[in-house]
Amino acid sequence: MSSHISVPKTYKLYVNGAFPRSESGRVYEVLDSKGRFLANAAQASRKDARDAVVAARAAVGGWSGATAYNRGQVLYRVAEVLEGRRAQFEDEIVKQEGVSASAARDQVDAAIDRWVWYAGWADKFAQVTGNANPVSGPYFNLSVPEPTGVVAIVAPQDSALLGLVSAVAPALVAGNTVVVVASEAHPLSAITLGEVLATSDLPKGVVNVLTGSPAELAPWLASHADVNALDLVGASALEWIDLEIAAAETLKRVLTPEEGPDAATPSLARISAFTETKTVWHTKALI
Amino acid sequence: MTIERAVSPAQRAVEVLGGDLTEATLKRYLDGLPGVDAVGLEQRAASLGTRSIKTTSKAWALDRIIGLIDLTTLEGADTPGKVRSLVAKALVPDAGDPATPRVAAVCVYGDMVPYAVEALGDAHAAGRVTEPGDGLINVAAVATAFPSGRAALPVKLADTADAVAAGADEIDMVIDRGAFLSGRFGHVFDEIVAVKEACRRADGSFAHLKVILETGELNTYDNVRRASWLAILAGGDFIKTSTGKVAPAATLPVTLLMLEAVRDWHRLTGENIGVKPAGGIRSSKDAIKYLVTVAETVGEEWLQPHLFRFGASSLLNDVLLQRQKLSSGHYSGADYVTID
Repeated sequence: MSSHISVPKTYKLYVNGAFPRSESGRVYEVLDSKGRFLANAAQASRKDARDAVVAARAAVGGWSGATAYNRGQVLYRVAEVLEGRRAQFEDEIVKQEGVSASAARDQVDAAIDRWVWYAGWADKFAQVTGNANPVSGPYFNLSVPEPTGVVAIVAPQDSALLGLVSAVAPALVAGNTVVVVASEAHPLSAITLGEVLATSDLPKGVVNVLTGSPAELAPWLASHADVNALDLVGASALEWIDLEIAAAETLKRVLTPEEGPDAATPSLARISAFTETKTVWHTKALI
Repeated sequence: MTIERAVSPAQRAVEVLGGDLTEATLKRYLDGLPGVDAVGLEQRAASLGTRSIKTTSKAWALDRIIGLIDLTTLEGADTPGKVRSLVAKALVPDAGDPATPRVAAVCVYGDMVPYAVEALGDAHAAGRVTEPGDGLINVAAVATAFPSGRAALPVKLADTADAVAAGADEIDMVIDRGAFLSGRFGHVFDEIVAVKEACRRADGSFAHLKVILETGELNTYDNVRRASWLAILAGGDFIKTSTGKVAPAATLPVTLLMLEAVRDWHRLTGENIGVKPAGGIRSSKDAIKYLVTVAETVGEEWLQPHLFRFGASSLLNDVLLQRQKLSSGHYSGADYVTID
């Protein structure tokens, strides 16, 4: 005789390992593909972006200081938890994007595959992008890639999950931390991904997810002096040239917008884009 | 036990409690102070912390905060070089903006005073009363076996006199919390009077005396109120919350309570006593709450370096970041201020 009352989820932000509402108190309506009300999502303000950058900055030391092997294990763990939550992701993708169940399943498959692919690179990319340089003296001369720090990302806007994963995962591989502005139209999967990240041994602050208006948030992130790199993959509808100019003020690394289904395809270049090459000299043994 | 303290620094106690000053009259007076309404105090402090200070008010507040900071380094690992770099930061807090005001003072251990004085050069206040914007910086020294205060009185006095002789403008002393908590108010009173006397310079003037109550060890608000009055009666020029070595350090309710003691003393005698919250104030947002509390409790005229100070080390960098945000329009980062 029990009658169940459904409990709808409050979609909040994911900042510093917690799920706060926007400090502004704002929410906006998320609609499904037919324009019907689906859920309310938090509409982040510039101060939420500021707090997210503080959290991301604080997490850089721990995440970049972990061994590459350990980072790979944690990222692989994210893929495991993602797999366990696939039904929820498929359901949300169907509702948000209005695609068929099989298309949603394909998208989740692709997202998990990409996450695993990037997880595998964590302890391998340095062997590929680093080098032992020949020099004319009795020295080892080693170039090693190091994470650049805090990466701000405007996620692809037309994809609920795959675009987000394709942009976030590569930035994490080298040990960067991330502040990502999710798709404005399809933000629900981003927050559910936040729940996955919060329960998969990823230290707090390593990934921070903001939902809301990229046009409002991106300028603050682009000009923020404590952000080291800017991935504008999903910013094609914004005044992204201005964002690039603002980012240049503090010498950020910038990736430019990409559109279409092939946006942010898996590549080593997306990992090495957020690294800085450090070259060290060391004497060879003096015997 | 009779306290025969006709010496001038205890003049305040004589005037308020009468010439026949004994430990018993002192204790009776302090125990007779009204109890603190803890819930009311905390609510009042919380409500003062909710004021929204924006744009031009915020810009004013940030500059004033810098002008009220005692830039502090109190580590066992301090070196003359560390003190010189602290002084450099005190003189030019933000190299990217020459309009940034200077701090009120640098606060160091007694043996570091000569290095601080030397590094300050012409900017050393050297006993002059400072105003915000005059560019003069005081040297404050912690003394009396800081931070514990566990040493014999002659040692504490020698510690104080040594720092004063080396050129310290201000002495931050700690009270004997053990004696205070066991009710030996006369002992604590005697020590403050004696240290005040040790602050006398060769020319007869006095180094300013800040009395650290270490409120984190006093346990109750009633004790903080008693200790505040005790320190004022004994001749303290400033009452200071904490050493920064004990948690909790400065909190807004405790500072409000001490400001109320200062306000009541001003009403009673017309004298102005300073207040210095120290320890744990790291963000501009917190510091602005203190400014509001001062202005609302004792009045805006207390927002002067001779009446209010922040004891802080990391606060300055956060204020500088906020200043940079206001002037540039975008958020700044730790790469744009010095590493202390």
